[in-house]
Amino acid sequence: MTAKIFKRPDGRKPDEIRKMEAKVGIIPNADGSAMFRFGDTIAFAAVYGPKKMHPQHSQDPEKGTLRCNYNMLSFSVNERIRPGPSRRNIEISKITEWALEPVLMIGKYPNMVIEVHINIIQANASTRCAGINAAAMALAHAGIPMRELVSSVSIGKLDKQLVVDVSKDEEDWEEGEGATDIPITLTKSGEITHLQLDGKITKEQLKEVLGLAKKATAKIYEVQKKALKESLEDEK
Amino acid sequence: MAERKIVIPGESIVKGNDFLPGEGTEKRGEEIIALRYGLSEEVNRLVKVIPLSGVYQPRRGNVVIGKVENLTMNGWLIDVGTAETAFLPLAEVPRYVNKDALEEIMDIGDMVVAKIFGINKRGIDLSIKSRGLGKINEGLIIKVNPNKVPRVIGKEGSMINLIKNETGCNITVGQNGLIWIKGDKIENELYAKKAILFVTEKSFVSGLTEEIKKWFEKEKK
Repeated sequence: MTAKIFKRPDGRKPDEIRKMEAKVGIIPNADGSAMFRFGDTIAFAAVYGPKKMHPQHSQDPEKGTLRCNYNMLSFSVNERIRPGPSRRNIEISKITEWALEPVLMIGKYPNMVIEVHINIIQANASTRCAGINAAAMALAHAGIPMRELVSSVSIGKLDKQLVVDVSKDEEDWEEGEGATDIPITLTKSGEITHLQLDGKITKEQLKEVLGLAKKATAKIYEVQKKALKESLEDEK
Repeated sequence: MAERKIVIPGESIVKGNDFLPGEGTEKRGEEIIALRYGLSEEVNRLVKVIPLSGVYQPRRGNVVIGKVENLTMNGWLIDVGTAETAFLPLAEVPRYVNKDALEEIMDIGDMVVAKIFGINKRGIDLSIKSRGLGKINEGLIIKVNPNKVPRVIGKEGSMINLIKNETGCNITVGQNGLIWIKGDKIENELYAKKAILFVTEKSFVSGLTEEIKKWFEKEKK
């Protein structure tokens, strides 16, 4: 770590995550649902299924299928974005599927699909991470068998300083080397299910990034765990 | 009985080799890990997880209520709220059926009480060969969350028997969350419906049967 304390635009410490909030069971009509929040970034996830896969030709008789749909609502950012599937929405939907599939045990659901709908209500960067965190909780809430939970965080690089949980100001950082954004998803036991890199980074620093991500996801996991346990507290 | 605790997927329930992994759990090394979200329970060293949310998981022996979706050459396709449609074969109907006129027994849209007698790769097989099973001709059908069904039935049927006695209705609870109420008067049926919905709303209260007794006393006034 560099000796001098680096100043982030919102005054956070380099390894400080924005205020997190999580809630389970927010959508009564869904089979499982959850909300996850990083500061101003709010993601809602709803799970439907396992149900019969339609269209029939995409049924897989060997195992179940996971279908994710990530969507940023038109009012989630300052300038209205065109609603509906965009290149970015489709890409992040696929990424979310890949991040979640390794922990799901959906082998016993042949010809069935589990649908995950992620909606970003309000965005201030790290939306895909908030979405994955919410989706993991919603899948657990829907009673889908899972090996473990996953937690996701984005690590940024402002000039040469690594920071945890990137905000929009930091994503657009122009000084020095510019900004690098690395969203990572880790399971509780520390296995990587998803890692993206937008920008450039050295091999040594990438190792440092993984260390930071491990610490940050441990904190996120605690928030997810607490939310799941609290929602059942009165059922006990 | 050991204490029940809330578990989340990937969480270790107990350590040591004295325990056996049951439903919703897995053995990893020396630990028993939960694979589902719910309450963990230890019975005779068998550890299992009771799910409290999610869709209905069909099981052999469950009595379910479904709607006839289609007629085929040799039986009926019935929607019981699962991903796979359930099949009721002709052979499992305890009376003579004219193969050319299946609709005489049950037509599309009819409701039926049936028992799951087998689950395999093709789907779910149903039977109406026991007492209390068969086509529903009259009454009221309501839907509740399938995870709340054990609460509606109560310990050894205590809750449902109480409601039956208080309202004078005949009630059949399907494990898939559909409940058939049959009384002599529509008022009684609606009364039973109100009581059942009260149970599902208050499902987290301990000593729920007592609570319902009080509720009935209050309603009588």
